[in-house]
Amino acid sequence: MAKHHITATLNGEPVEFLCSTRQTLLDVLRDELNMTGSKEGCASGDCGACSVMVDDRLVCSCLVLGAECDNKKIESIEGMADGEKLHPLQTKFLEEAALQCGICTPGVLVAAKALLERNNNPTETEVRYWLAGNLCRCTGYDKIVRAVMNTAADMRENAK
Amino acid sequence: MSSERREYKWVGTRQIRPDGHDKVTGRAKFGSDFSLSGMIHGRVLRSPHAHALIKSIDTSKAEALPGVKAVITSKDFKDQPSELKPAGEGMVNYRDMTRNVMAREKVLYDGHAVAAVAATTVEIAESALKLIDVKYEVLPHVIDVDEAMKDGSPILDDKMIPIGYDTKNPTNIAKHVEFSLGDTDEGFAAADVVIERTYKTESVHQGYIEPHAVVASVSEDGQAQIWCCTQGQFMVRTFVGQLLGMPTSSIRVTPSEIGGGFGGKTVVYLEPLATLLSSKVGKPVKMIMTREEVFRASGPTSGGSMDFKIGATNEGKITAVTGTVRLLAGAFPGAPVAPACMCAVAPYDIPNVHIQGYDVLVNRPKVAAYRAPGAPISAFGAESIVDELAKELGMDPLKLRKLNAAKKGTKAAYGPTFRDIGYEETIDLAMDHDHYKAPLGPNQGRGVASGFWFNIGGESSATVNINEDGTAVVISGNPDIGGSRASLAMMAAEELGIEYSDVRPIIGDTAAIGYNFLTGGSRVTFATGLAVVEAAKDAVRQLCERAAKIWEVDADGVVWDDGHAKPASSNVGEFEPLSLAALAAQAAKTGGPICGHNAQNVQGAGPGFATHICDVEVDPETGNVSVLRYTAVQDVGRAIHPSYVEGQIQGGAVQGIGWALNEEYIYSSNGTLENTGFLDYRIPVASDMPMIEAVMVECPNDRHPYGVRGVGEVPLVPPLAAVANAVENATGVRMEALPISPPRLLAALDSSNIKQAAE
Repeated sequence: MAKHHITATLNGEPVEFLCSTRQTLLDVLRDELNMTGSKEGCASGDCGACSVMVDDRLVCSCLVLGAECDNKKIESIEGMADGEKLHPLQTKFLEEAALQCGICTPGVLVAAKALLERNNNPTETEVRYWLAGNLCRCTGYDKIVRAVMNTAADMRENAK
Repeated sequence: MSSERREYKWVGTRQIRPDGHDKVTGRAKFGSDFSLSGMIHGRVLRSPHAHALIKSIDTSKAEALPGVKAVITSKDFKDQPSELKPAGEGMVNYRDMTRNVMAREKVLYDGHAVAAVAATTVEIAESALKLIDVKYEVLPHVIDVDEAMKDGSPILDDKMIPIGYDTKNPTNIAKHVEFSLGDTDEGFAAADVVIERTYKTESVHQGYIEPHAVVASVSEDGQAQIWCCTQGQFMVRTFVGQLLGMPTSSIRVTPSEIGGGFGGKTVVYLEPLATLLSSKVGKPVKMIMTREEVFRASGPTSGGSMDFKIGATNEGKITAVTGTVRLLAGAFPGAPVAPACMCAVAPYDIPNVHIQGYDVLVNRPKVAAYRAPGAPISAFGAESIVDELAKELGMDPLKLRKLNAAKKGTKAAYGPTFRDIGYEETIDLAMDHDHYKAPLGPNQGRGVASGFWFNIGGESSATVNINEDGTAVVISGNPDIGGSRASLAMMAAEELGIEYSDVRPIIGDTAAIGYNFLTGGSRVTFATGLAVVEAAKDAVRQLCERAAKIWEVDADGVVWDDGHAKPASSNVGEFEPLSLAALAAQAAKTGGPICGHNAQNVQGAGPGFATHICDVEVDPETGNVSVLRYTAVQDVGRAIHPSYVEGQIQGGAVQGIGWALNEEYIYSSNGTLENTGFLDYRIPVASDMPMIEAVMVECPNDRHPYGVRGVGEVPLVPPLAAVANAVENATGVRMEALPISPPRLLAALDSSNIKQAAE
């Protein structure tokens, strides 16, 4: 069966790819575009390690088909830093040791960024429920939740 | 060697980890992120049966499928003799290992590998699996540990010779161990109170988010390169070499970043298959497990059932403990039954102890290590019965623990006499903590529990290369699971007297550094750290010699202080201190490259103790348990990087909460695993958990230059009982079996209510 020819933007850059019908967006990112920052932990939408933004919506890229992404705006972990400058969440995660093995970290960061863009003053409960779809087996979530809340506080302070 | 008490510049501070930027930007390469040109893809055919004879395997149709390059079965692996061979610290039976990576005469569990295919695409490989015709003769199976010990149970391996267990008949009991101290009959005779209980835990999976993955490339001259996510590149080299009959020098293993292991990546599954496929095809072969395969075919930890009996005086002095621990091993021997027995009551000074354990085969995947293997299981029993004792005596459970606490000089039932340990301090800090005094509301309860783990040392090699600009590279050989590069670099910077950011820690492949036992046993910051410290000292010794050469004085007239060579005294002469950078710049003229090295089998691991406090609220309508507050106090020796030590404590505690409340392997009546995904095998998610307060006690290990004890495993030991004790405190119902999932707790609450109503 002929492959689909998809035109989209990825992290602000135009991108074209060919994909079979069964290939997920995660497969396309990893196998066709060599962007391996998004991780596959389950392929069933349970772990969130493959979290990306599609047209400003937080999704598990393992649950989106590549063929669905024509003319879409895709944002992955690789586009989170602004050139040499890390996103405040990335900096805070490093400063506060909010990662151990690091496999869930790209997905957690993408999801947390999506939260802070909607709500710059989340409660602990709001952070915990927002990130409930991002499994982390190492940290017990404590330092992740704190890092997200502390980043939000910094961003509010800087916005003043 | 004594722990130096001095002011440190780097040790004890919270530095940015050297691998951090790569891990927050998606740059870091994990197991499945690696690719080679010309690479093809491998997939595994797995048994749909829990227990069956393999009558025949016909691979001809699969081999004929266009795109298929090779199909392998057990016929492609030479058989191995049944003998225990040393591998690192442990002993390995390669007869079992070759049967675990590829079933031979029988399949022994749902998910057991039967064949593997390499093809040009994953899709073709998967199509080929469906064309392999395996004829099975299904056999009766056994899943439960207690059932497997009964006469008449289906036998997994009728040729197995049990260790320490005498029987003429075929048995599933692979091993019997026992540990004793004193005379338990006398101990119980001296007791005013005696309690006996039986407890049970379910198998749980380590639950690392990264599935197993490997790329293997064998060239025409037989040289193999393997890239994989593993806790030990040297372990992979040894095992692949033995299983495939390849000399060690022909195998080079490079560990990728590792997306969690917790003990589950201390063994091989895909590596020998990918290497064999690659050697047959002449192309690199990549293999990645699906999540379902991880659950069905990679090692969970044991489930177990156990009996404990405890006796104490009315004043609360424990006079005797006996215990029997039965752990399921999965399809091959190797349940962590000895450590389970040894750790169960190690926190206590008890004069009379007898604990025995059984390693029992069942039709499940072979268990692998999981953080403090065995200890959380036996501690669930031991710490539950200690809690029952406290209730019976009307004593505060922490006071009871304190009264019986092991301390320096206590002889543990498993043999050794403890040196400096910080167990009592963990109890004191827990008792004084706000958490322990905070009021509780309706349906709320508080539980405490303690835990012990040995920690280990082991074979460690490290190199510290001084660069020509005065920076340094530290090469070690242990995959970094949770920040060990940072700890190693901090200790090296401390020794060399240079900036932390000027030390680049690198994890070498098996050809780049001497042998290192794997990342496990909470050993890396302790043992590999010690090798790094000694290698740095070796580099410093060379730097001092270079200064002596420049100053034309004896080498012992030079000392190293704050990154500079200085004359040891004014008698040596008046010389301006020479910085490391200045000495490095002149290295070529003073004798060549400056490379410190150390390799040793590190001894002197300091045991770790912890005491945890858990508050829960129970919903009497649904049986749901919410953890409201959690405090974990632990003797960490010395925290090199406090944030990553806290992280170990917090993460271990949450894994333990998951074990206590949610996690279990659920089998169908056919012996197939029913919950093979994260939706049905539910590990804790962010919204399930409160903050976890980590309180660190620093009782330095006097056998490490910075006082390091291992910290990674103890945190998983207390939580199971801490949660169950809290549930009992909230409801009055003692849950003697885990997990305390809503349906189980609701049933227990209902039957307790019926019982109360009847009374």
